[in-house]
Amino acid sequence: MDFKGKSIISIRDLSRKQILRILEVAGALEQNPKPELLKGRVMATLFFEPSTRTRLSFESAMERLGGKVIGFADANISSTRKGESLRDTVKTVENYSDVIAMRHPLEGTARLASESVSIPVLNGGDGANQHPTQTLLDLYTIMKTQGKLDRLKVAMVGDLKYGRTVHSLAIALTLFGCQMYFVAPDSLKMPPYITEELKEKGIRYSEHGEIEEVIDKVNILYMTRIQKERFPDPSEYEKVKNVYVLKKDMLTNAKGNLRILHPLPRVNEIATEVDNTPYAVYFEQARNGIFVRQALLALVLGAVK
Amino acid sequence: MAQDKVQRVSAIKNGTVIDHIPPEATFKVLQILNLTNESITVGNNLSSKKMGLKGLVKISNKILTKEELNKIAVIAPHASVCAIKDYKVKNKFQLKLPEILENIITCFNPKCITRKEEVPTKFYVMKKRPLKIRCHYCERIFKKSEILIK
Ligand SMILES: Nc1ncnc2c1ncn2[C@@H]1O[C@H](COP(=O)(O)OP(=O)(O)OP(=O)(O)O)[C@@H](O)[C@H]1O
Ligand SMILES: [Mg+2]
Ligand SMILES: [Zn+2]
Repeated sequence: MDFKGKSIISIRDLSRKQILRILEVAGALEQNPKPELLKGRVMATLFFEPSTRTRLSFESAMERLGGKVIGFADANISSTRKGESLRDTVKTVENYSDVIAMRHPLEGTARLASESVSIPVLNGGDGANQHPTQTLLDLYTIMKTQGKLDRLKVAMVGDLKYGRTVHSLAIALTLFGCQMYFVAPDSLKMPPYITEELKEKGIRYSEHGEIEEVIDKVNILYMTRIQKERFPDPSEYEKVKNVYVLKKDMLTNAKGNLRILHPLPRVNEIATEVDNTPYAVYFEQARNGIFVRQALLALVLGAVK
Repeated sequence: MAQDKVQRVSAIKNGTVIDHIPPEATFKVLQILNLTNESITVGNNLSSKKMGLKGLVKISNKILTKEELNKIAVIAPHASVCAIKDYKVKNKFQLKLPEILENIITCFNPKCITRKEEVPTKFYVMKKRPLKIRCHYCERIFKKSEILIK
């Protein structure tokens, strides 16, 4: 299993074995920081769409391995503004760097970029499609808190229709035989193309209207924000924006090993009183993003086999 | 018997016959082929033992390319094609939908990069009946009613 030169575009491209290897390297780098590992290497961050979290996390990961970072954080100041095609942009940047981390509002852009250059491309989000490093850090967090990924009970709550993180996570968890609980209002249910895939793979899942129906049964509660900008009709948003708020008293009968994840930013879906309970791991989850991105950089640059 | 068919849509000397087209796809087949000066005869809603009603297209002096055949296979998966030479059927075969549809479909997703940049499209056939395909780039899944032939 050699990652050298490989691009990380979609969680669908990764096998169970490959995912476990990435998480293993992330764990080793967390235990044993390697500040010289990517010395002399350059990562270009091409963010055609603003994102603080993902871009800073990629950049921090590279810097902490001794590498250097170049790039832009806004399509308005990039050459795209002048009408340059994505392919031309990445072919040029290929000459300046050893690896590209990118985000773009259009779907399929990271795939196209990876086919246009011979250095590895790490997808930091392509529209509503994929965000594989988020899924990998979610998996790393689950693994770290549960000691395993296999056969866990995982609930996903909130916007399951538009939320790409929950789509990718659900697909990734099929590789580990997890049982899934989907909690969403009718207008934001998990789309049929995901549930059909689960059925085809023989994965057990159920759909629910309330957090209370599942909270005492699960190992992982994956909360998401209901995104205002996704709603064509503002009155539809008003109807659902406050339906799921996780409060401390709802956790009274939770399993001892329950852990609550959230891709952040949160609005009001987790009351701050939950932050200090042993169940909350969402800030640690954000920190885990560094180790996972370090692992990916080290692997695709061939610094770790 | 053969006489009867040749009468319903007149015979051609040399060219191609596309038979067993679902009637609703017959005119789409003509659009796809982008014909200019070839003479064409069309029959539609003809009765067929195999499929109830069918469409039938005869094109003089034209041999279909692999790409054209693949496009037709997407909208008329059970069509049969034969090359006619000197009024005789020379080469007759059943269309087959390829596993991968290369550059014959426009992605239905307006946010797909293939809609913005000149890129040959690529779709994976996930299921043949009913047709379900996945875009190689945006990874969206589309059903038959969402398929736009290039
Ligand atoms: N000279 C010709 N000019 C135009 N069309 C022709 C000619 N000869 C045959 N065809 C048409 O080509 C198709 C195939 O002919 P063939 O004689 O093999 O048919 P068939 O008995 O209709 O077979 P099938 O069972 O596939 O319907 C038919 O639609 C027929 O009408
Ligand atoms: Mg016939
Ligand atoms: Zn597409």
